[in-house]
Amino acid sequence: MVSDATLIYLALATPLVGIFVLLATSRWAALRDAVVVTTAAVMFSIVLQLLPRVRDGQRPSATLLELFPGLEIAFVVEPLGMVFALLASGLWIITAVYAIGYMRGAKELNHTRFHVFFCIALFSATGIAFSANMFSLFVFYEALTLSTYPLVAHKGTETAKKGARTYLGLLLGTSVGLLLPAIIATWWLTGTLDFTPGGIMAGRVDPFVGSILLVLFMYGIGKAALMPFHRWLPAAMVAPTPVSALLHAVAVVKAGVFTVLKVSVYLFGLDYLRELVTSEFILYIAVFTLLSASLVAMQQDNLKARLAYSTVSQLSYIVAAAMLVSEFAALGGGMHIVMHAFGKITLFFCAGAIYVATKKTEISDMNGLGRRMPVTFFAFFIGALCVIGVPPMGGVWSKWHLFMGAYDSGYGLVVLALIVSTLLNIAYLIPPVVRAFLLPPPQGEQAGGVREAPLLCVLPLSLTGLGCLVLFVMAQPLAELLRPYLAVTGG
Amino acid sequence: MTEHLPALQVVIALTAAPIVMLLNRMPRLAWGVTLVTCWATFAVAIMLLLQVADGSAVHYDMGGWAPPWGIEYRIDGANAWVLLIIGLVSAVVMPFARRSVEQEIPADRIGLFYSAFLLANAGLLGITVTADAFNIFVFFEISALASYALIAMGRDRRAILASYQYLVMGTIGTTFLLIGIGFLYIMTGTLNLGDLAARLPEVTDTRTIRAAFAFIAVGVSLKLALFPLHLWLPNAYGFAPSMVTVFLSATATKVAIYVLLRFVYTVFGFEFSFVELSMTWVLMPLALLGIVVPSLIAVFQDDVKRLLAYSSVAQVGYMILGISLASALGLMASVLHLFNHAITKAALFMAVGCLVYRLGGVSLARIAGAAERMPWTMAAFVVAGLSLIGVPLTAGFVTKWYLLQAALMGGLWPVAALLLATSLIAAIYIWRVIEAAYFRAPPDDAREVREAPLALLIPTWVLTAMTIVFGVWAQFPISAARNAAEALLGVPQSW
Repeated sequence: MVSDATLIYLALATPLVGIFVLLATSRWAALRDAVVVTTAAVMFSIVLQLLPRVRDGQRPSATLLELFPGLEIAFVVEPLGMVFALLASGLWIITAVYAIGYMRGAKELNHTRFHVFFCIALFSATGIAFSANMFSLFVFYEALTLSTYPLVAHKGTETAKKGARTYLGLLLGTSVGLLLPAIIATWWLTGTLDFTPGGIMAGRVDPFVGSILLVLFMYGIGKAALMPFHRWLPAAMVAPTPVSALLHAVAVVKAGVFTVLKVSVYLFGLDYLRELVTSEFILYIAVFTLLSASLVAMQQDNLKARLAYSTVSQLSYIVAAAMLVSEFAALGGGMHIVMHAFGKITLFFCAGAIYVATKKTEISDMNGLGRRMPVTFFAFFIGALCVIGVPPMGGVWSKWHLFMGAYDSGYGLVVLALIVSTLLNIAYLIPPVVRAFLLPPPQGEQAGGVREAPLLCVLPLSLTGLGCLVLFVMAQPLAELLRPYLAVTGG
Repeated sequence: MTEHLPALQVVIALTAAPIVMLLNRMPRLAWGVTLVTCWATFAVAIMLLLQVADGSAVHYDMGGWAPPWGIEYRIDGANAWVLLIIGLVSAVVMPFARRSVEQEIPADRIGLFYSAFLLANAGLLGITVTADAFNIFVFFEISALASYALIAMGRDRRAILASYQYLVMGTIGTTFLLIGIGFLYIMTGTLNLGDLAARLPEVTDTRTIRAAFAFIAVGVSLKLALFPLHLWLPNAYGFAPSMVTVFLSATATKVAIYVLLRFVYTVFGFEFSFVELSMTWVLMPLALLGIVVPSLIAVFQDDVKRLLAYSSVAQVGYMILGISLASALGLMASVLHLFNHAITKAALFMAVGCLVYRLGGVSLARIAGAAERMPWTMAAFVVAGLSLIGVPLTAGFVTKWYLLQAALMGGLWPVAALLLATSLIAAIYIWRVIEAAYFRAPPDDAREVREAPLALLIPTWVLTAMTIVFGVWAQFPISAARNAAEALLGVPQSW
């Protein structure tokens, strides 16, 4: 039996070791790409080893080092972190395969550099998932920002640099300017930063101060993309599509909402959160964000930009879930991390496959493309249904819990907003599919039979599409895994 | 032998200085002697720090003359800490100096250069080690005169003007200090710091003593480059030879801050300085302005050396801010920052020294694209730059953390917010350098450039590694800084 600490360290060390092997084999492209996929697979299998222990109610933990008394880099694997780590490392395998196909197909340069920063990003995301206290989480949170910056700027063009600058500026600015002060104030007021079931603030922090802290935290976690600090996410779309798929639909943005949930549940505690005047304020900000981002998404003709605004909107579902302070909603928030991840990564994989096969990025150019790329557009359809939350896709369960949560807490207005937003989801995610399958291709373009993107692109998007379907029946085990995290929410 | 350590701390360097001057014909040998001297000094500093680690103090009567008639050397947790900083920086900078100085200083003056360096070093050590007010002034002059010479040896002809400017300002500073010390002597008849502390309470309530305090505070503030008395510093650091900039930026202002602390806490006492004369309300606005304004100026500098020099003025602001909070924690944060900033800024200036060595200059245009050809140098700059900004897991973060705690403990939320905001400004000016070196194409007329030689890289990385090591395992500097703060406050604290 391998000890808990060893497993945690192994999981974190794998991508770092991968970097060295990657650099050593960078001269042989095929070998290097095999190393990337192997690294991802090894990491996933190690993270998977932790799953039975967490399911048995254990909380594997390890302390790496103590900076000075009370301030440690330490890890504890609890259900929510377990889910996030599994999600990120599992989807990394598929993304690694996809990236090989995409980077070659789209003729991108500097593959080795690309994979190296991808490894660091996954290392940071896993560190966030396993962090035992807010300080550790902050360190990995910043590492994730810094390691994804070169990925956003990957193409090296002026637009890429400009987008990357917005990305870095907003994420660093909010985290250092708002999140760090909130962390320091929390430490100063409570004397601890450990994630504790039930929260650490109740009885120690005056609700008025707590209300201010909540706003600082929620806006400080820029990766959750609450308006008006959401601009970095559309800006990040200049990155190669595998980055948008795994990092800006899963790892980075989910790290943001994951942190929101962690802070709400383990630092504030839901009971305390109820007392704060600003939790309702943040709830309405989240509702505003999810509606207006949907409206903006409708205006976007660029497919990736539309998906990005859709992500902004979906992230706010999870922030809203945390602020609804109810058992159903919190469970829904946790589940939505997974459901949306599978749906959105499929959509991005499709966008990338379309680009690789046809160099098309605008939705208005995609008329009739479904006849040429039926698999891709069918997967797009499935992913869209999952994000919208239609059976038989996994997405239906998280939305269901969210609706129930909002109804339970008596926020009729929020229920209404969720309904409207779902309708908007349909309005901006289904038209590309309709155009592709039902409209005729423009004059001059030959139908010319089926010509999909390379197999290494099509296979991953089929797999994640399948995942959306599987999650429909697998929702129960997921909910069971997450339930202990709810037990402390006191909902 | 060990009982003579306090004397040896100064005497070794002071004796070696004329010897090195005589070796002017043999630059390598001059360098070797200086190197050995600096290492010996460092060893003495370590031994002294170990002796006072338990909170005790070491007394040494110069020439066997008992104080207050003779000159007393007295080492406690506070000045042992500063001695260690000076010793460490000089010990690390000397291996770096050989190649750098050979390139920047004419061969027939290298011996003279090292001689002046040793005098500056001995002067700074003397200021720190002595417990005699007049002796402090004398050593201030020794180190200052030597520094003027060192700065004037910069390759750029503007170095001479910078040195002259420093001379004028420095002389005003030490003159003010001397006037203040004179007033104290008139009123008490003694120059020994401990003796002064014992006798001052009888005469505190006189205009003379208040004037003495003012003269000393202003004089020392000039030497430590407190905003707005900092105008000499950017030019002096900007035009001095690389090695001199490394050494002075890491030690000179720190020693002046130590002198301020010694007078404020040990001689005049906390009560007189902070309660009666409300030093907080003098120091804090200047500290805050000193953090914000030079940081903003640094953002607009096109020469990396000047950029870092303005950053130094801002960092002095942080240290003064900690003092102005008038709390044990604030004092400890300041004392801790003496060390953390010394290693951080020395590492940065060494990286700059590597760039100068290969590129001949460090304007942003000149270093464009340098990272590709000098990856190790620029990596050191980035790591040390992170420490300057105060990113977690670097030494700079540890100080910022305690400084913030101290500000919050004083109920000063706006100050805490300002501290964070200025960290962002630091991020901007460090980022400008990184952007130029990593993301811009090298200038068309760029010479074929290689990585800096190992003789420069290794010392640079020794200090760079320290910024990480003392950011991750911060117990040693923290306990030393606590010890130093207790020595200044005179009472044990519950931290």
